[in-house]
Amino acid sequence: MLAVEGLSVQFTDRFGTNMAVEDVSLSVDRGEIHGLVGESGAGKSTIGAAIMGLLPAAGQVTAGRMTLGETDLRALTPVAAHRLRGKRISMIFQDPQTSLNPLMTVEAQLIETILAHEDIGVAAARARAVSLLEEIGIANAKDRIRAYPHQFSGGMRQRVVIALALCSNPELIIADEPTTALDVAVQAQVLDLIRRLASTRGVGFILITHDIGVIAQVSDRVTVLRGGKVMEQGQTLRVLGQPEHPYTKALMAAVPPLDRKLDRFHLPRIAGEALPQAETDTARVAEDWLMAGTGSGPGPSLDLSGITVRFRGERRGLFGPRDDFVALDDVSLSVRPGTVMGLVGESGSGKSTLAKVIAALVHPAEGEMRLDGAALPPMRARRRADPSRRLVQMVFQDPYSSLNSRHRVLDVLSEPLWLYGLEPDARRRARLARAMLALVGLDASAADRYPHQFSGGQRQRIAVARALLSRPGLLLCDEPTSALDVSIQAQILNLLKDLQARFGLTTLFISHNLAVVRQMSDDIAVLKEGRLIETGPSEAFFAGPDAAYSRDLLAQTPTVRFDMRAV
Amino acid sequence: MVAFAVKRLIQSVFVMLAVAFLAFSLFAFVGDPIAQMTGVETSLEDQDRLREDLGLNDPFVVQFTRFTGDMLRGEFGYSFRTREPIGAMILSRLPATLELGTVALLISLIVGIPAGIYTALRPRGVISQSLLIGTLIGVSIPTFVIGILLIFLFGVQLGWLPTYGRGGTVEIGWWRSSLFTAQGWRSLILPAITLGLFQLTLTMRLVRAQMMEVMRTDHIRFAIARGVPWRSIRYRHALPNTMIPVITIIGLQFGGVIAFSIVTESVFQWPGMGLLFLESIRFVDIPVMSVYLVVIAFFFVVINLAVDLLYVAIDPRLRVKESF
Repeated sequence: MLAVEGLSVQFTDRFGTNMAVEDVSLSVDRGEIHGLVGESGAGKSTIGAAIMGLLPAAGQVTAGRMTLGETDLRALTPVAAHRLRGKRISMIFQDPQTSLNPLMTVEAQLIETILAHEDIGVAAARARAVSLLEEIGIANAKDRIRAYPHQFSGGMRQRVVIALALCSNPELIIADEPTTALDVAVQAQVLDLIRRLASTRGVGFILITHDIGVIAQVSDRVTVLRGGKVMEQGQTLRVLGQPEHPYTKALMAAVPPLDRKLDRFHLPRIAGEALPQAETDTARVAEDWLMAGTGSGPGPSLDLSGITVRFRGERRGLFGPRDDFVALDDVSLSVRPGTVMGLVGESGSGKSTLAKVIAALVHPAEGEMRLDGAALPPMRARRRADPSRRLVQMVFQDPYSSLNSRHRVLDVLSEPLWLYGLEPDARRRARLARAMLALVGLDASAADRYPHQFSGGQRQRIAVARALLSRPGLLLCDEPTSALDVSIQAQILNLLKDLQARFGLTTLFISHNLAVVRQMSDDIAVLKEGRLIETGPSEAFFAGPDAAYSRDLLAQTPTVRFDMRAV
Repeated sequence: MVAFAVKRLIQSVFVMLAVAFLAFSLFAFVGDPIAQMTGVETSLEDQDRLREDLGLNDPFVVQFTRFTGDMLRGEFGYSFRTREPIGAMILSRLPATLELGTVALLISLIVGIPAGIYTALRPRGVISQSLLIGTLIGVSIPTFVIGILLIFLFGVQLGWLPTYGRGGTVEIGWWRSSLFTAQGWRSLILPAITLGLFQLTLTMRLVRAQMMEVMRTDHIRFAIARGVPWRSIRYRHALPNTMIPVITIIGLQFGGVIAFSIVTESVFQWPGMGLLFLESIRFVDIPVMSVYLVVIAFFFVVINLAVDLLYVAIDPRLRVKESF
């Protein structure tokens, strides 16, 4: 149905041209799911955009043929190309939070899209929209259709996005990281839905992802890309079962296993490739400085008891009762000195809220916190000068929004040093900041640049460096790698693991990826709807969890080491 | 929604009280009202009697309460200068300023919003670039210079439009309007353009910046990818998202246009509240000044309230949650 032959895409900027995609051929049949997998920068999304005819202005198709059925996609005029979009090819974006118009009801968006492509009445379009939502698994579609996007949860919103892509009956849907922003349970449901739509409706899918586990779960055929070139292509069973290309093997080995604990995360590197080496001499300065501050002993212990957080809800009527939302309900938890506590749960389970309570960003209604036995005051009671402000540091999920884009990296990194009075001399602050950059594996010259000049992984390294420069005892990592692909994830997590071991940092590591948590943590705690389900040593948990919910959570985690071993 | 409106209403009352306090302070702290009203020939006994009669010896709180009560009943007192009741003075001037402000705002919106959209959608076009440069020149020149230039060109050189005053008015009850005759429009158009030009530039640049940002968002990219017609993408999807922040600014602008029409009114001798205020300053007519202050503040508060409610009506997401 879709045939791409020898596609090359070139990007031109003021520094010259570079080939984003080189000589890529692939085909998608009716009802087939074709996975495109690779690290960031592999050209996956560019291929999708080229097929859609939506390359950014700097990008240009320089060679190749793209045909959908009988239509030559490269020969279309802009008007014809726009008419084709939605009608025959549609697209699903990564983040359901941002891919719907917040000011229009789901109904208005669906009906508009249907009417844009078909000459049927509004009533017929509405009927089709309702039945489509039902098919896609939205209960009570007749009423829910009148809701606004913000009234749906993340997973439901992604279903609405899928319904929008599907409502004009396209032959091909390009799904660009459709589940990356979703947690494991919801991801499994959305992938099931895609699988079902492919087989019942005969829609062809191009599934773009960096998660090889997702590919293993649903795709029929897979193309492994690296640096814009095809590394390996074929039936998913064959490619993942008996990978021929060393890069495919490396990529698969880089997925953290759920069934055992490794010393380090594997990088998707083919044997013999050089790894970037940090400047160890410069880094030594930062290391010595950290050691001098924290000593060689382990970090502080953290004890939480009865933490409860409520969010104020809407009032029903003018004087009616408020529908308050309980984000955390009586959570008690202890992190042993110098160990890593993994905190897992679906989105909305209160993981991040708990980290924010500890970091004094959210005020708990009840509960008590102790840091190394001393009372840790909650948000409103914690003074600016409280020593715990320095001791407790956080690494946020999104490295794009957690660094001030108007500050140079040097300013970002120097801030904790003067804020907490650690280093009064500006020159020594600068020297230390550069040394810390070397310690986290960045070039010291990075200090003079601005955050937007770095990739996601590099920014997350800067965020880690910033946290370390306050000589923390307790590090709160809130999904530090869930926005990053497998190789960058491996780098960041190896870094965190090394630093944690070397400086004995007590760490609370939040993630919805159980495989990652297994590699990182000594202990584990499971949250569900604000309640603590179970807690205990990590290895015992993965050997056999106590609670039924934990078992479900484990079962939903996609792995590559699936039953294909036998194939 | 109702709770929100009530909350905002209560806040507005406090704002008005604060402004009333400031206005009242003019009496209490800027000069001695008795000295303003009486001449050198008035004896000290008479002055003291007058002070006692007017209640100026009462404690500050009592005087302020009386002042607020009078304001609420619509008794604004008398002008030092003309001895007329201030309520009637303001009321006779109000329509002129309101009409001028409204027309100026409409001009700025009717031209500014489409121009903003156009320059956002064709950022590199020749027309866009010349519009942007032209408006930059427009804001760089002070309002009164623009007014004078317009008078010189259309009033003196071409002789098409009157150069000052407000002609061709029609009385509808107490409202003296210039919107119903050609002559009225002819005298209104130049001051309105002068007053609206700055707002026009602001609106245009704001709409442009917002629109360009919205056109880059995921939901617009998704709409393009599913083949929603371009017209709908631009005006149904992108424009409302653009207008959310713009509405706030436009609301504040309208308050600003009314409050700061002083310069334009004096250039065109437009018989509005701004001109009245200028005359009052010249003659240190404190009662008129303080009432002017209260009336303008009242406009600001009402407009802000309306904008806040409009905001909630447009954006279904406005739910602010905080832990407690």
